[in-house]
This record gives sequence, C-alpha cells and structure tokens, in this order.
Amino acid sequence: MAADSSQKEIHWQRTRSLMIVHLVIWFVFSYLIHWFAPQLNKISFMHFPLGFYMAAQGSLVVFVVQLFVFAKQQEKVDRECGMAEEE
Amino acid sequence: MSFFRMQGSFIDNLPKIYGFYTGGFVIFIGLMALAEKAGMSADTIGILFVAFTIVIYALIGWLSRTMQLDAYYVAGRQVPPVFNGMATAADWMSGASFVAMAGGIYLGGHSYLAFVVGWTGGYVLVATLMAPYLRKFGCYTVPDFIGTRYGGNLARFCAVVVLVVASFTYVTAQINATGTIASRALGIPFGVGVWFGLAGILICSMLGGMRAVTWTQVAQYIVLIIAYLVPVIWMSNKQGFGVIPQLVYGDAVAKIGQLEIMHQVGVLKPLAATLAEVPKGAGAALVNKHAVAAEGPIAAWRFITLTACMMLGTASLPHILMRYFTTPSVRAARMSVAWSLMFIFLLYFTAPALATFTKLQVLDPSLATSIIGKPIAEVMQLPWIQKWSAVNFLAIVDGNKDGILQINEFFMRGDIVVLATPEIAGLPYVVSGLVAAGGMAAAMSTADGLLLAIANALSHDLYYKMIDPKADVRHRLIVARVLLVVIGAAGAFVASLRLTGILGAVAWAFCFAMSGLFFPLVLGVWWKRANRAGAIAGMIVGFVAGSWYLYMVYAGGMKPWWGMDHLRFGMVGATASLVAMVVVSLLTPAPDKETQDMVDEIRIPKGETYLSATH
Repeated sequence: MAADSSQKEIHWQRTRSLMIVHLVIWFVFSYLIHWFAPQLNKISFMHFPLGFYMAAQGSLVVFVVQLFVFAKQQEKVDRECGMAEEE
Repeated sequence: MSFFRMQGSFIDNLPKIYGFYTGGFVIFIGLMALAEKAGMSADTIGILFVAFTIVIYALIGWLSRTMQLDAYYVAGRQVPPVFNGMATAADWMSGASFVAMAGGIYLGGHSYLAFVVGWTGGYVLVATLMAPYLRKFGCYTVPDFIGTRYGGNLARFCAVVVLVVASFTYVTAQINATGTIASRALGIPFGVGVWFGLAGILICSMLGGMRAVTWTQVAQYIVLIIAYLVPVIWMSNKQGFGVIPQLVYGDAVAKIGQLEIMHQVGVLKPLAATLAEVPKGAGAALVNKHAVAAEGPIAAWRFITLTACMMLGTASLPHILMRYFTTPSVRAARMSVAWSLMFIFLLYFTAPALATFTKLQVLDPSLATSIIGKPIAEVMQLPWIQKWSAVNFLAIVDGNKDGILQINEFFMRGDIVVLATPEIAGLPYVVSGLVAAGGMAAAMSTADGLLLAIANALSHDLYYKMIDPKADVRHRLIVARVLLVVIGAAGAFVASLRLTGILGAVAWAFCFAMSGLFFPLVLGVWWKRANRAGAIAGMIVGFVAGSWYLYMVYAGGMKPWWGMDHLRFGMVGATASLVAMVVVSLLTPAPDKETQDMVDEIRIPKGETYLSATH
C-alpha cells in the first residue's frame, strides 16, 4: 500500500509538471506573441505578415500538434507509473 | 442497425458506415449538379439540399433510440476518439462559426482573429485540466461532478443555474440561425422557420439522447466541412491559388495591403448623411485594415482578453465537456480532445483564407468581380448585389454623388461572406444549396448539444438527484424528454422575438460559463483543499459579478474598465470567482478524508469510474 501511494505521488508530480509545460506553451502562443503582433507583422513568413499569420494559422497549428503530443506524453507517464488503464 | 447487414458490432463498422454515408452525400451533390444543368430551379435545389440532409439526420435519430440510462446520458461510453472528435467539432462549430466567422474577419481584420485563437486554444485547457479527470469521475452531467465533488444540493443547484443561463443564451442564437437558414432555403417566413428548425433539432435528440446526438453530429460534421471547404477550394483554384489555398494566400494578404491604401480603407469613413440612408441591419462599411494589428497596449490588451474569455469559456461550457464523458476510456478522452481540435482546425484555418479571397474579389480592380471603384450603375446590375440588397443584407449609398462606388459607400453584413461567396465568384447554384445545408448542419448540431446539456442537467441533477431520488429509469427518461421539448420550445420562442444578433449572444454564453464554472471545475481536480463553501462562493460571486458588470457596461452606461466591453465580462466574473473561491475555502475547514480520497482517485486513469455506470 505504501509503495502504491508513493507511486501515486510520483505519477501526480509528473502529471502536474507535464500540465505546467503545456500551459506555458499555450500561454506563449495564446497571449504573448499576439501582444507583439504589430512588431511581428514587419516580418514576412511564407509571404504572410507574421503577426497576422500567427493569429490566423500559426497558433492553431501549435495547439493541434501540442494536443497530440500531450496525449502521448501523458499516456507514457501513466504507463511508467503503473497507473494506465488495462486494455 | 440491422438493415446495414454488417458483420461485427456497430462500433467496429463505423468507418464503413460513415464512408458509405459520405459517398452517398457526394453522389447526391453530383445528382443536384446534373439536375441544375437539366434546368431545375435554384429554389428547388436549395429545398432538396436542406430536406435531404434533415431526413438523414432524422433517420439516424430514430435508429439510435434508446431506453437505457447510460446510452441516453453518455452514449453508452463507447464512442471511439476519432468519431467523438468529429461529433465534438460539430457540437462546437455553431451557426456563428460557419456563417459569421469569415465575415467577421472580413470586416474586423486582425482584431477579429482573437475569436479564432480563442476558440481553438481553449481545447488545450480542456485536455490538460478537465476532460480526462471528468471522464474518470464518470459523471453524466457537469453539475453531477460539482455536486459530488463538493457535496450538497446547493453546490449542485448553483452549477445547474450557471449551466442553464450560459447554454440557454447560446441555444437561442442557434435556433435563430436554423430559422434564418430554413426560411431562406425553403422560402417560408422566419417565424415558421424557427419552429421548423426546432422540429429538426428535436428529432435528432429526443428518442436517443446523447447516443442519437452523437451519431447525428458525426453526420452533420461531414456535411458542414464539405460545405465549407468546397466553395473555398473551388474559388481559389479559379483564381490560380491552387487547391490548398490556406497555405498560399500570403500574397493575397499583401495585395490587399496595397489595395487598402489605394481605396483608402480606414481613411474614408462613412459620412453621417450616408449612414442615415443605410437600411437598418444592412451591415457596415469596411474601415478596418485586413492584416494590420492595432498599435498600443490597449489594443493588445483587448485582443488577449477576448482570447482569454473564449478560451476559459470553452473549457467551462457543459455541452462540450459532456462530449468527453462518452469515450470508452480516460486515454481515449485525451486523444479525442486532440482529434476534436484537428477537425475544428480544418474549418478555422480556412475562414481567414475565405475572408481574404472574398475581399480580394471585391477590391481588386484587375478582377472582373471587383466592385469598389466601379460606376455604381454598373455594380447595381450584378445579380448578387440585387439579390442581397433586396433583403437588406447589403446597401450601396452614393455619399459624394460622383456615381463611383467608394469603400465608404458599400455596406454589407458579415454573414454574406459565406452565404454569397458562391454567387460572388460565379459558382453554380448547387454550391449555394450545399452551403445552406452546411449552415443548417452547423446550427442544428450545436443546438442539439446545448438543449441536451440543459435538459440532462435539469432531469438528472434537479429532478432525480434533488426532487425525486427514487424515480425509476423509465420515469427519469420520460422526464428528460419532456424537458427537452419544453426547453426547445422556450428557446424557439425567445429566438422568434429576435432580441440579439448571433454573435453577441454567443460571446455572452462563454463569459457566463467561465464566470461561474471555470474555477470550481479546475480547482475541484487540481486543488484538494477546495471545499463546498469555497465552490459555492466561487460560483455565486463569479456569476453575480460577471452579470453585474455586463449589465453596467451594456445597459447601465458605465465606462468599461481598461477597455473590457460587454463581450469580455467573463474577465471580471472569473477573477471574482477565483478570489472568492480561494478565500472562502481557506477560511473554512478542509474537505473530509472521503472527498480527498475521491480527488486522488480521479487523478489516476487506472480503475473503475468513481460513480457507478448507472447512477
């Protein structure tokens, strides 16, 4: 039982750090870069002004990729800590 | 489902079933195109498109009927992640996303893209903070989680109130949209269209609850995404931008930047005398630049507060969260959020492209379709100008009496960008029929999800958990259905009064949801110390503070704080909610051991759901 509860603790710690990492990425692409949109617009990316591009497409791509990666990473954490669901 | 004559279970055959369905729909489009060539009238094609798709949804609704609790409330918890992703995408993308988003970008430019970022990034919060844990918990509804985690009927009741207010605000806008599209496509009055739309919505959800809504939403997603992508790809191909226009419209954005200088966008504002001649509801002139972001901290602050409201609202809206109760496992719930966003992304990264192409068509004098800078007498001859100005969706007023159309003399409603694109670009009418069917699918699927969220919360949380806990299954399911009809009728009645524009009400729904529910939900999982008194305080204070601010800014004549207008009142509500919840929780005793163990339990995927399968 003791081993199990320390295992649970490790699992939760890793889950929490993974959440924080992903929310930091989310914060950067949701708010930080859009704060600087006028400055980014001076840079050209794939012929787009970068500030416009990030709001119209760039941030969205990051979110989609991020969620697939997150699902895989969290699965790995669950498995390694013995907290995954049985098949 | 026996008539499909398949081997294996229904779930195993899903790819095949929806493959046939998609093929069938494509064949139907082909037949309509042939019929158009053979001389069938535009009106008949529109009617056939809308009628054909609604009959299919009704058929799916009928086949999915059920008298089992877990099938009715959570689709039997067996929806595979990819299909749940499609269903969520349809649930999510409302009439506003489908009809109004591209138009919003057309008129608002960069500042409107806050909606695009907000309505996608919210899913990161759903995946990391909420969906897997609520799935493990095993609740039927969102108030079910609040009620069990914090204990007591008062907490449950507060959650039900917030849910009903937020979802009802939203659903009237959706029923309004189905009414608008139905009245347009079928040539019936708006008042009748609203009730017709409601009938279509109820057929999909009444007999089979969540199970029926799930399988119709998958079908509706397929229709709406085809309907959105086909005209854009077609138009872009015609203009020489290739078949993946989303990647290559950078040059078009740059071109618009030059044309904006030439046409003096943002410099020429409509004259007061001109505005007086514009019919009510005919929209606005283009005064915002397309890609230029407004300078200064206030503009940046307004962008990110709107983004934040839409994101936190996404993660608190019960009709979205409850879709993740239907997956077979916690792992599947996480994957399903990723798939949902993938399917939503397909439409959301197309909308700015569509807005750009349409704007180029209107502004670029080297294109035959352009109107700005042309003689007004000539422009008035265009069929789409005549058609849409007849219904007051656009207006042309020669303010300076020079006979030439300037940028500040052309007024249009954003909705036109999607609805009239096929006509502006000169595509066959079959495409317009397809777009009408897509808009209908988008509005119906969202309305279905919302009505079900409200009716389920009232039947499960209010009736069964609080009023009559001894009610048997049959009784509970009958109550659930009666409520569905009553709430639908109330929504249709309010919609028929035409109180708000589509988008105002949609943004409000997000702000209501985040004001009352975001922090009680998140902290319920992530902060063990959160207790009943804190949660109740968080819901009441957040909801009241948000509503008060909305009232003061919208109707009370108060000056908005730091530029946060009525679309952003959730910022005030959610902040108040967080402070109240933390302070009150810390001032009152920690939750008991049983509650703390429950939180531990839902944090790990392994094992049974916390609540039993039929509770």
